[in-house]
Amino acid sequence: MGVTGRCVVEEERRVRANAREYNEKFQYASNCIKTSKYNIVTFLPVNLFEQFQEVANTYFLFLLILQLIPQISSLSWFTTIVPLVLVLTITAVKDATDDYFRHKSDNQVNNRQSQVLIGGVLQQEQWMNVRVGDIIKLENNQFVAADLLLLSSSEPHGLCYIETAELDGETNMKVRQAIPVTAELGDTSQLARFDGEVVCEPPNNKLDKFGGTLYWKESKYPLSNQNMLLRGCVLRNTEWCFGLVIFAGPDTKLMQNSGRTKFKRTSIDRLMNTLVLWIFGFLVCMGVILAIGNAIWEHEVGVCFQIYLPWDEGVHSAFFSGFLSFWSYIIILNTVVPISLYVSVEVIRLGHSYFINWDKKMYCAKRRTPAEARTTTLNEELGQVEYIFSDKTGTLTQNIMVFSKCSVNGHSYGDVQDMLGHKAELGERPEPVDFSFNPLADPRFQFWDPSLLEAVKLGDLHVHEFFRLLSLCHTVMSEEKSEGELLYKAQSPDEGALVTAARNFGFVFRSRTPKTITVHELGQAITYQLLAILDFNNIRKRMSVIVRSPEGKIRLYCKGADTILLERLHPLNQDLSSITTDHLNEYAGEGLRTLVLAYKDLEESYYKDWSERLHRVGSAPEAREDHLARLYDEVEHDMMLLGATAIEDKLQQGVPETIAILTLANIKIWVLTGDKQETAVNIGYSCKMLTDDMTEVFVVTGHTVLEVREELRKAREKMMDASHSVCNGFYQEKLSSKLTSVLEAIAGEYALVINGHSLAHALEADMEVEFLETACACKAVICCRVTPLQKAQVVELVKKYKKAVTLAIGDGANDVSMIKTAHIGVGISGQEGIQAVLASDYSFSQFKFLQRLLLVHGRWSYLRMCKFLCYFFYKNFAFTMVHFWFGFFCGFSAQTVYDQYFITLYNIVYTSLPVLAMGVFDQDVPEQRSMEYPKLYEPGQLNLLFNKREFFICIAQGIYTSILMFFIPYGVFADATRDDGAQLADYQSFAVTVATSLVIVVSVQIGLDTGFWTAINHFFIWGSLAAYFAILFTMHSDGLFRMFPHQFRFVGNAQNTLAQPTVWLTIALTAVVCIVPVVAFRFLKLDLKPELSDTVRYTQLVRKKQKTQHRCMRHAGRVGSRRSGYAFSHQEGFGELIMSGKNMRLSSLALSSFAPRPSTSWIDTLRKKKGCEGSSAGSPSGAADKTLRV
Amino acid sequence: MKNKTNVLPREGEAQPSRCPDNTAFKQQRLPAWKPQLTIASVLSSFFLTGAFCLTVGVCLVLSANSVREIQIDYSDKCSDCSKLRENSSNWNKECHCSVNFTLKENILGDVFMYYGLQNFYQNHRRYVISRSDAQLLGRNVNIQRSYCAPFSTYRNGTPMAPCGAIANSIFNDTINLFYNHNSSVIQVPLLKTGNSWWTDKNVKFRNPESYNLSSAFAAGTARPPYWQKPVYLLDEEDERNNGYLNDDFIIWMRVSAFATFRNLYRRVRRVRHFTEGLPAGNYTFHISYNFPVTRFKGRKHVILSTVVWSGGSNPFLGIAYLVSGTAATLTGFVITGIHLKLRKKKTYFQRRCESCFICLQRSLH
Repeated sequence: MGVTGRCVVEEERRVRANAREYNEKFQYASNCIKTSKYNIVTFLPVNLFEQFQEVANTYFLFLLILQLIPQISSLSWFTTIVPLVLVLTITAVKDATDDYFRHKSDNQVNNRQSQVLIGGVLQQEQWMNVRVGDIIKLENNQFVAADLLLLSSSEPHGLCYIETAELDGETNMKVRQAIPVTAELGDTSQLARFDGEVVCEPPNNKLDKFGGTLYWKESKYPLSNQNMLLRGCVLRNTEWCFGLVIFAGPDTKLMQNSGRTKFKRTSIDRLMNTLVLWIFGFLVCMGVILAIGNAIWEHEVGVCFQIYLPWDEGVHSAFFSGFLSFWSYIIILNTVVPISLYVSVEVIRLGHSYFINWDKKMYCAKRRTPAEARTTTLNEELGQVEYIFSDKTGTLTQNIMVFSKCSVNGHSYGDVQDMLGHKAELGERPEPVDFSFNPLADPRFQFWDPSLLEAVKLGDLHVHEFFRLLSLCHTVMSEEKSEGELLYKAQSPDEGALVTAARNFGFVFRSRTPKTITVHELGQAITYQLLAILDFNNIRKRMSVIVRSPEGKIRLYCKGADTILLERLHPLNQDLSSITTDHLNEYAGEGLRTLVLAYKDLEESYYKDWSERLHRVGSAPEAREDHLARLYDEVEHDMMLLGATAIEDKLQQGVPETIAILTLANIKIWVLTGDKQETAVNIGYSCKMLTDDMTEVFVVTGHTVLEVREELRKAREKMMDASHSVCNGFYQEKLSSKLTSVLEAIAGEYALVINGHSLAHALEADMEVEFLETACACKAVICCRVTPLQKAQVVELVKKYKKAVTLAIGDGANDVSMIKTAHIGVGISGQEGIQAVLASDYSFSQFKFLQRLLLVHGRWSYLRMCKFLCYFFYKNFAFTMVHFWFGFFCGFSAQTVYDQYFITLYNIVYTSLPVLAMGVFDQDVPEQRSMEYPKLYEPGQLNLLFNKREFFICIAQGIYTSILMFFIPYGVFADATRDDGAQLADYQSFAVTVATSLVIVVSVQIGLDTGFWTAINHFFIWGSLAAYFAILFTMHSDGLFRMFPHQFRFVGNAQNTLAQPTVWLTIALTAVVCIVPVVAFRFLKLDLKPELSDTVRYTQLVRKKQKTQHRCMRHAGRVGSRRSGYAFSHQEGFGELIMSGKNMRLSSLALSSFAPRPSTSWIDTLRKKKGCEGSSAGSPSGAADKTLRV
Repeated sequence: MKNKTNVLPREGEAQPSRCPDNTAFKQQRLPAWKPQLTIASVLSSFFLTGAFCLTVGVCLVLSANSVREIQIDYSDKCSDCSKLRENSSNWNKECHCSVNFTLKENILGDVFMYYGLQNFYQNHRRYVISRSDAQLLGRNVNIQRSYCAPFSTYRNGTPMAPCGAIANSIFNDTINLFYNHNSSVIQVPLLKTGNSWWTDKNVKFRNPESYNLSSAFAAGTARPPYWQKPVYLLDEEDERNNGYLNDDFIIWMRVSAFATFRNLYRRVRRVRHFTEGLPAGNYTFHISYNFPVTRFKGRKHVILSTVVWSGGSNPFLGIAYLVSGTAATLTGFVITGIHLKLRKKKTYFQRRCESCFICLQRSLH
């Protein structure tokens, strides 16, 4: 991102509200974002300057200058300038288009509307016109336009809920609070008079830290991150809020985090640059050889020949002549470094990008977003990916929780059934259950099993109790705008899903006060007295409420993780418990998040005693938490099992299939998420990254360096042991001889789950290799609770040591750093946020499109690019090396073999289009096959199709061709005469013969290389040949010669030379001798060592249906290990918040008798907990000494 | 609260459809021919190529063998003359020598007479560019700006016509052939025109337009330094073969690709004794020796030859065809052998490997 550089480094920031003049002094960055590079005026100079920074372009400029020296000039000036101008123009046009689109996207962001308070009136302003110090109003579901200090909001106590998924990827809602003095500023007139001044830290990229002070009315108020709304967040569950702009545009934490756009190069680019350097070296060698030859020749022969050919003016010695001839040869041999290479590569990549953009199979109709190749320079690298780093939320999952199944009293509900009562397959779903009986039902909720509703209607007491629990035991807030239009503000989406389910089945949670909960049970309003909320935390993994029913019975309702709850049941539940466990296993196997529900009746007297003790503990300051935990533990005992729920964390479409196919293609997938370990592991199971047939899943959660090291070491040892026991005799020998690292020879499947703070240690310099080795030996790696920075570090680590191509995919702003670090960044588009997409190289709206992007587009791109490069180097060597051989016969005088027009046009007209067509359109196997045989992807990862070896083979073939190209015509022409007796071996006839046979040979060669002859290929190949002859005859025509006798000296040559049978026989012989060995080698290779793609092609040719032999997709449906769904996105502290009543509206508070409870500390608790988690997640080094309860 | 519309602009809503077109081109489903190397196609192409090459090779060798050619090196036989010529001050003195040879059998058909030069680098870069095509077109151009230097103007500023190193170094020996028939000497009639390309004679070279040639050249131009006579006196007998249009000049100006070359000099006119070609007998070349070659260690020849459809005597092409034809056919057989032998082996291996693989998998699980 273009951060506007200011000369003075900001040390602190002073912002005064509603005082634009005052703030302007400091020249803070405006809220305008600029990612574009040029404008109309600067385009030409800046772009040219950039282009000449390319070595190749400078080199050609240098050649151009050399050619202006008459003693050196061995070619006309235009042979270099025409291609150079062409190359520069094409690149400039491309850069201009790219920049135009950047301008467009900048404008789109900058022109978003926001309401700014100007002169006491709210005015619609574009984002870019928002200044530091402005007060802006945000409404629900709006993006925050800049980093704001929260002043006041519609909610009580200046509370405000935000979703920070864009920033850090965490899915739960966060609460922010205005400082009390400003929270009262509710209307615009008050705010317009607000003139506080904020003094705070300068812009930085720490998402969870903010320090500053507000000076207002001669008082100081400390500010923290708890008061800040950061750009990129979305306001949720809050009708409106006002904020003071502190940081704008490039200074916002989001932008500071996104870093500068790095120019990405593909590995082929790098290889190409190396090769071009080698070719330069080769060129210089040839130049030196020929220069020495020239010096010797001039010394031995040229001296005697001076009567007929005196030396040029200024040349007095053979040595100097040799020196000049060196440069002359550099000029004529420059075509070995093909100038059109870079531009052709760009054109091909552009074509591939368009194919990606045009792909209908990567278009998401629901979100109306096609795939988009945002960078056009990385396509072939898509065919070489070895590691995928994926975000979880929004990428693998949809971030939608759905109540999908439940088990009540030993009966499981929720399977989709067809008419006959069998489990129905997907796609033939019947109508969803009709909830029309319930006027309060949420119309968006869908359930497919009618038997559950039947049970509710039939009055099954267990089912009633089950839903009653769901409607009572939670921390959801409800809001009723109009009668019957309920809106739940759930702090975790899991809870929201459960409460919504209860609501639809007739147990509607209607409203709550700090002391009561009102539920509509099957149309009947019942108010329960809320006695206590036994809040959730990460150790308890459960929450309970104690309520008194209208009849006066006290009951504890509890829901929580199965592992915890099943142990706390009353012994009477044994049978039910075992049935429910079976159901839980079944749900877990389907990748659902499960919760167990239980209740317990409490004696009045017992409760009294217990609540007394609770009060005492609550007011005691020391060791409050431990005491509370013990008390909670005591009451949540001997509970009666009600059932279990299963919530589906909805995966994106086709995620497990995609992951399976990518795994088969030997691509390793690592999940890096900011979410909790449980959630991450659960998703790992549901998308089949983790399976229960895995030998072991290592979980690294160490808090100290030593612990982490120990855990990693243990994991490695286990893997080694297992592989040793399997490796017996023959097998071991074979493997150990082949594989470099023993760890790669691991037998069995392992997975590694590592925590953010352990990762911080693992990424330290002395442990990173250990970590990497362990991780790479595992089939699946999941890193949870990682910060954006750590995501990038992990990617960097793999990039650094594995030398493999990495791809990062994500959707939120927290993925931006990883997307930018990876070789290829993919953004999931179509969601609300666009930060990830803006930083990405490719974007599409569904994770499943990744398989098509890699296996089809990437694979083809790589294949095409490799074929293109091989051919390109071949044709230029074949073309240029002829000059070298000719040098030995023309006194090393840098005489070209060909007409200068042929040299000019060879690369840009005669041979450019067929190879471009191949580079754009070629296909080895149809797209369906690359999905059916993921192994086809492997050559790309192993870099088999274009590497140094392949390059040398191409070069060798080129040199071989050039030798034949020169010596066969030489042999024929040496003493030959034409059929009319005249001399045949004149220079011009020789030039035409060699040129013609060269064009024919390279055309035949491209014909051989082209595996997919579309009409376009036909047109280009035949067209190029036709163009060659057409141009040849035009250039050699009388008319052009009469106009420019000096330029078109070859007049009449074409018709005179090409009328000779000998010439055609020479051309035919050259073609045969050049092509036949190639065909022989290719066929033998195909016959003896066929590549998989050859086999696939072959089987297709003989139309044998060889079905899915290579596919062995694992199918779901086995019993999985149970994973508690609770606590996945839950946070501690909300129970207290509710019981305090602080977040209740005044209107609802008025209804209730507000019992003063010693709970002033609720926000502190919340803050403390958040702060702890935040800071440990924020700075990996600082996390070392902090513990995290997960 | 939920029904408030999102303020953010959504692109999808603004545009009617962003779905890519479902065309064969955009979806990469263009119909295409997918050629593949199969054993049948490869073998048939090899054998066909082999057969073709062998046939052409046999034809070429046979026809090249029917060419009769006599080549006589006279660089040493006229050593007196060559010594004389080595001193450039003697350029004006005439020197003659003669070379005898005997034809054992008749040379039938058209007989062409060539001069051949060895070690004369007509293909040197500086030599090749040293000419002014505009001047040779009869245009009045400033040859200072051409590449003719140092053979463009004399010190006094008079331009050379024709300019440049090529023109200056023209082969200027005069060779006549005499047939010693029954003690009488008959001069073999030789044609000196019609030896150059039509395009060269009619398009590429033009004399300056003037009422007569000498006035066009004499005023303002001078002959090149090594020439004995000016360009307008190259052929005083035939106006159409004079000046830049002189056939010997035109042929010389078409530079050779290699340092050893032969240029067509004369054709035997098929009249009287020579209607059938050159009869067997004793012949003598009378050479007016003007062109020094010893200075640059060159050699010169005079050559008599006939031609066939493939040109003159040139065994290379025929032999090359025979060799590559044989090679292609042999490769065809080798490929057949390898294919048959190794395919058997491979299927055996494959079966074994597959069974290994199954065992391995079993042992793993």
